[in-house]
Amino acid sequence: MGIELDFPAVLERWPNFLGGAVLTLELALFATVLGALLGTLAAVGRGTHSALIARACKVYVEAIRNTPLLVQIFLVYFGLASIGLKLSAFTVAVAALTINVGAYTAEIMRAGFEAIPRGQIEAAEGLALSRVQIYWHIILLPAVERVYPALTSQFVLLMLASSICSQISAEELTAVANYIQSDTYRAFETYIIVAVIYIILSLVMRAGFWGLGLVLFPRRRRLGTAL
Amino acid sequence: MQQNASPPAPIVSLRDVQKSFGSLRVLDGVSFAVERGEVLAIIGRSGSGKSTALRCIDRFEKVDRGEIVVCGHRVDLPNVDLRALRQDVGIVFQSYNLFPHLTIEQNITLAPRSVKRMAASQTRELAHKVLAQVGLEEKVHAYPEQLSGGQQQRAAIARSLAMQPKVMLFDEVTSALDPELTGEVLKVIEQLAADGMTMVMVTHEMGFAKSIADRIVFMHRGKVHETGPASILTSPKTPELAQFVGTGNLKS
Repeated sequence: MGIELDFPAVLERWPNFLGGAVLTLELALFATVLGALLGTLAAVGRGTHSALIARACKVYVEAIRNTPLLVQIFLVYFGLASIGLKLSAFTVAVAALTINVGAYTAEIMRAGFEAIPRGQIEAAEGLALSRVQIYWHIILLPAVERVYPALTSQFVLLMLASSICSQISAEELTAVANYIQSDTYRAFETYIIVAVIYIILSLVMRAGFWGLGLVLFPRRRRLGTAL
Repeated sequence: MQQNASPPAPIVSLRDVQKSFGSLRVLDGVSFAVERGEVLAIIGRSGSGKSTALRCIDRFEKVDRGEIVVCGHRVDLPNVDLRALRQDVGIVFQSYNLFPHLTIEQNITLAPRSVKRMAASQTRELAHKVLAQVGLEEKVHAYPEQLSGGQQQRAAIARSLAMQPKVMLFDEVTSALDPELTGEVLKVIEQLAADGMTMVMVTHEMGFAKSIADRIVFMHRGKVHETGPASILTSPKTPELAQFVGTGNLKS
């Protein structure tokens, strides 16, 4: 027997889809910004002379990279609840995703830091720049530039993985889909639409990162080098 | 030509400096001094310790024993103020080490702006001044990769000059360059010498060392084996230096 698809029945719920998509993007945006910060700090921490800080950063990165995202989300969700912290599902989702993507960002940034030639740092030291100034002016941007494709892929992956936050009833796109399909009994159509929306969100993010790259790396823009 | 400089403390002085990498003794009691306005050339074979000696002056290597005083800073002591030291000392490397993501102007203005807290307009003027000194005014907005090796090295020299150092260190600055690009860099250094800059250079360019250096230090197996005016290159006293300059290293 053939497949009968009834998209209009599902599509009339478009305001819900739109709301879910917006929330998914918001989740991704917050977690990307905060995770980039956290990950960069962890990558710097792994390279410091303090063995304690370096060890702590390593434990963090390895703990996250070797456990499932869903378990991490539950740990944050129930963990915060058990110490009496009542936060919205959205806040918990942002926190969990930030912690997760921070660990992957740390590994990527570490590779970027390690790719900076020693001579660059010596030249900066020879010019009397301080350690913080060297990180800021000489290491950070070229490191990001080197790993930019890996970094942005990771953030797009994070947006896709945020679908798992439906498990703690954050009202993002997949959660919206779950109740639309249980309302309409049109599961296949619903998830086809959701898949298409995720593809669009991914493309939007990639376009955003491409634009950001033009701003961050003026040399690429000037010399026409592809990222 | 600069022999009549007043005789207070030398700009750079090394006394009985020792340095080992693991079990390898790279510097084995090295002593020399550089007076204000003097140009000192350190020569010797690969592995003789000449680059290490130079790098000790700016504390890119820590010494095991001995005393190093540079512009009044006790470089051998652990509590030396590195940033103060490096404001007095400019160093130029073999591999230029320009910052690839910054334009030539940004390369030059970064340290005066961040370290000396100079105003942006002031540092731009400064950039033009030092670029004029090395003949690269038209490259002010170019990125390093758009420059030839010789131009990059001249830009690196300009970047150091912008910090107005009291002494410049050159670590084999022409070794990575094609012969036809070497000349333009050497010309810049020559002009600096003529302007009275105090300089210490490690070099393989014997002809250049002979024409520009007030004094030569010939290093051999971690020691200063022979030292004296440039004339020691033409009439060496030790067989080692004779052999070194005789191996075809002495170009006109």
